[in-house]
Amino acid sequence: MIIIDKIAGIYSLKSNRNKLVPWVVIVLLALVLLANDAHQNTIEAAQQVAEAIEDQAAAARTHVPAPKLTAADYPTVAGVNGRLVVWVVAQLHLWFAAFVLAVPIFVFIIEAIGMRTRDKRYDDMAYEFIKVSITAYSLTAILGGLLLFSLILFYPHLFTYLSTIFSETMLYYALLFFAESAVLYLYYYGWNWLQGGFRKWVHLTLGLMLNAVGTTLMLLANAWLTFMMSPAGVDPAGVFSGDSWAAIHNFLWNPINIHRFVANIAYGGSIVGAYAAFKFLTARNQQEKAHYDWMGYNANFIAICALLPLPFAGYYLAAEIYAYSQQMGITLMGGIFAWLFIIQAVLIGTLFLSANYYLWCGMGRSDGAKRYTKYIKYIAIVLVGSFLVWFTPHTLVLTNSELKSLGGPHHSILGPLGIMPAKNTAVNIMIIFTFLSFLFYRRSNKIATVSWEKTGNICQVALFSSGIANILFLGIYHGYFTNTVYKVAASIPQVVTTLVVIVGSLVLDSFIYRKSRDVGPLHWGRIPERAQYALFLLAVAFTWLMGLMGYIRSGIRQHWHVVDIMRDASAQAFTPTLGYAANVVSVAALLFLAMVIFVFWIAQVSSSKTLPAGYWKE
Amino acid sequence: MRKFVTVIAFMVVAIGLFAGYSNFGIPQIEPAPPPIEEKIDLGSMTMDQYVALGERLFNGKGTCKLCHNSLGRAPALDAISTNAQERLDDPRYEGEATNTEEYLIESLVSPSAFVVAGFGKKGTNDTESPMPDASSGSISFSQAELTAVIAYLQDNAGLEITVEIPSDLEPVIEDDEDEDAEPREAFTEIRDIVENFDCEACHTITEEAGDAGPKLSTIGAKRDRDYLRRALLNPNADIAEGFEEDLMPDDLGQQIYASELEILLDYLTALK
Ligand code: HEC
Ligand code: HEC
Ligand code: HEM
Repeated sequence: MIIIDKIAGIYSLKSNRNKLVPWVVIVLLALVLLANDAHQNTIEAAQQVAEAIEDQAAAARTHVPAPKLTAADYPTVAGVNGRLVVWVVAQLHLWFAAFVLAVPIFVFIIEAIGMRTRDKRYDDMAYEFIKVSITAYSLTAILGGLLLFSLILFYPHLFTYLSTIFSETMLYYALLFFAESAVLYLYYYGWNWLQGGFRKWVHLTLGLMLNAVGTTLMLLANAWLTFMMSPAGVDPAGVFSGDSWAAIHNFLWNPINIHRFVANIAYGGSIVGAYAAFKFLTARNQQEKAHYDWMGYNANFIAICALLPLPFAGYYLAAEIYAYSQQMGITLMGGIFAWLFIIQAVLIGTLFLSANYYLWCGMGRSDGAKRYTKYIKYIAIVLVGSFLVWFTPHTLVLTNSELKSLGGPHHSILGPLGIMPAKNTAVNIMIIFTFLSFLFYRRSNKIATVSWEKTGNICQVALFSSGIANILFLGIYHGYFTNTVYKVAASIPQVVTTLVVIVGSLVLDSFIYRKSRDVGPLHWGRIPERAQYALFLLAVAFTWLMGLMGYIRSGIRQHWHVVDIMRDASAQAFTPTLGYAANVVSVAALLFLAMVIFVFWIAQVSSSKTLPAGYWKE
Repeated sequence: MRKFVTVIAFMVVAIGLFAGYSNFGIPQIEPAPPPIEEKIDLGSMTMDQYVALGERLFNGKGTCKLCHNSLGRAPALDAISTNAQERLDDPRYEGEATNTEEYLIESLVSPSAFVVAGFGKKGTNDTESPMPDASSGSISFSQAELTAVIAYLQDNAGLEITVEIPSDLEPVIEDDEDEDAEPREAFTEIRDIVENFDCEACHTITEEAGDAGPKLSTIGAKRDRDYLRRALLNPNADIAEGFEEDLMPDDLGQQIYASELEILLDYLTALK
């Protein structure tokens, strides 16, 4: 499949793609048909394997407990640090996978929008998005294979234990992966072929299937990792009950599913945004510039839409971890990882600021934006202020020695939960003001024609002010006048307020700007170059943040492979410091960057031709 | 090409800033290494050492301090002397304990038997405790460890210690790097002690021997018992004149049994 991808990729990305694509599609279809046959065989073989396993299980009647390991059970291979290898490879695989799974989600939506509005530009953009992701697809697969190898190589017992529990899901995972490849190639290479009327519907259906398969893939992989955090379907010794669904549907499965699903979309948007930004910077003419500006704008829009609900998904995840095990929750939010959330705050602040900055720069596309530019500095001040509140470590222990004096470095006792209301307030305010930036952007090219415009605006101001006042009141009240240890739940009314403001104001605005006039045509491409750097920053910050959060997710398991069931006895069982983790993440991020550049470069190479004079005989 | 380089440089710098902030912008806290299994000879332990073991377990392996601290996540345990009786008298109490010791054990191994008002899991109306069972799961105390923690809790609250050191030799898990320590019998003869810890490799005591450390033949005349205890357990606290620090082994405290330490101190103070 990978080879096909390369060959097909080389042919399809050229200017004469029109002639070649049908040909490629025919070959592919033939292959898919063949593969389908093989597929059938695989399924049968798989069923046989499954039956064999079943028989075996029936014979033994019981599953084995989780093995108790010693350091000698972890092979050393050529002096390589196994944990480091698995860590970096898993992270790289995750980055590519997140990207490759996220892009089809919004491509599907954009394609549907295009079909509805019959605006061909949407269809072209959707196609270009998927083109960016398809080049990354084979790398995802290669890295996945590498991850599998390194797990088996460095953690053979863990892998064996997990595979006795997840044998079925691993099988389905492999099968789904083939299905994903087939549908993806069909969806991509069939894009120009399946156009118009019924065919377009077939194509859209393929997009839906692609997403269904891709999301299922992610859910399966999430089950493995959440099982390691909150094992289910096993007894305290780790003996599997045989109920796969219980193991999959463990306590933290859905919280992680939700957070990842949303985060992946934001991440995918940000990477595509960086691609568009680069294309914009190197565009050769005005038309190209306009095109990539538009693409960058849409990518940023997608990223912001997914960014806004993320903090809530994050707190929900944290609350569920806390509910699963108070020990784990305190380790997450109150132990040595407390400082990680300060780094996280810096990163998220960077995300919000760069996304906003890009929107503000983008207002220059409209001649009507002048009416709003004067407000931007206030938004900027509020955003920076909220960011600082979020970032301030009020009750954190400051130094190593202070930490020791509080009772030793093992799970020390910090109290950032105590300041959660302040942080929640800041996050909600940040979200509301980011939304405000977006609202201004939307309005910048429009002139309302309804007679009650003024009243409408007063209503908007009232809505925003009362919303903000309510959020502040709730934050101050819960933060300083209540006395619960666990205050994360207190944020729910704040979240509801934020949502009410956003939805209410969107509805109101859509009425105010009904039958509105445009100030003039939007000047796509009229945006300063520095705005593109905001898009790069968005992508880098997202990538890095993902790596960091991957560290904490595994880190809170501490010296357990599977919490409370299977201990990590390797020399690498210790939790590394934040600085060390940050360095690993940074190196991995640089590797990722290099790979992405390589992928894009390959795509570029395939479209350049050298015509050596007199080399070939005439 | 220049644009390309600028963009790459921009991204590399951004990553560098994030990494730099994580390394230098915040304090680097070294997480404790995972606990290591070690055999301890309970038979030759003093009650003080046993209580000290309990304290280490409380702070380390037991992760008790994660919740039982000054932040109000769990009831303060130094007030348990009065609290325990209150719990037992509480009309809500349905457990099986009849005295403080039993109450403490019950609190550790079946935390939900009685949940202190206001501390239950959210939404369970104080019927379910968020505290993990200390005898299984991630804490998995052995019987000996559990009893050690009870001894510590009693001592810490100013109560009389009612538990006894179990006499059977069970492995005890502790945060200690020392792996090869096989249990040994405690020495009762001063000669055996001096020989075993090899003091004469560096010191002259009764007959001419090593000279890496000061002569100890009349040490009892110069130094009092407290000083000597410190000199043995924390040798770098004060350095004898004319000698270097870091020479006298500083791990004696981890190897010598309390009973042996007292015999040694009796002996040294008598050298006049
Ligand atoms: C995850 C947090 C947590 C951990 C870890 C934890 N506890 Fe608790 N503990 C609690 C809470 C909350 C209560 C009060 C609710 C109850 O009665 O169970 C409690 C109650 C107790 C009580 C009864 C106190 C009273 O006033 O009645 C004792 C004794 C106790 N814990 C000892 C320990 C010891 C010893 C450890 C370590 C092995 C430990 N706890 C670990 C949360 C914790
Ligand atoms: C490796 C050599 C070495 C060994 C073995 C050693 N010591 Fe020492 N000891 C020293 C040195 C050097 C000093 C002086 C520096 C200091 O005070 O730490 C010292 C200091 C002392 C002092 C304090 C003397 C003073 O006047 O301050 C005492 C008491 C002592 N040792 C007792 C012992 C006993 C008892 C043992 C056996 C259990 C022992 N030492 C084993 C090297 C050693
Ligand atoms: C705007 C706010 C947030 C953003 C942009 C964000 C972003 C991300 C990203 C990109 C990931 C990686 C997802 C993946 O691996 O597929 C992630 C994972 C994670 N986040 Fe967040 N997050 C936010 C808020 C939070 C909050 C508030 C918390 C908790 C207090 C949190 C806890 C976690 C955890 C524990 C993970 C690891 C789970 C996993 O591996 O998927 N996040 N986050």
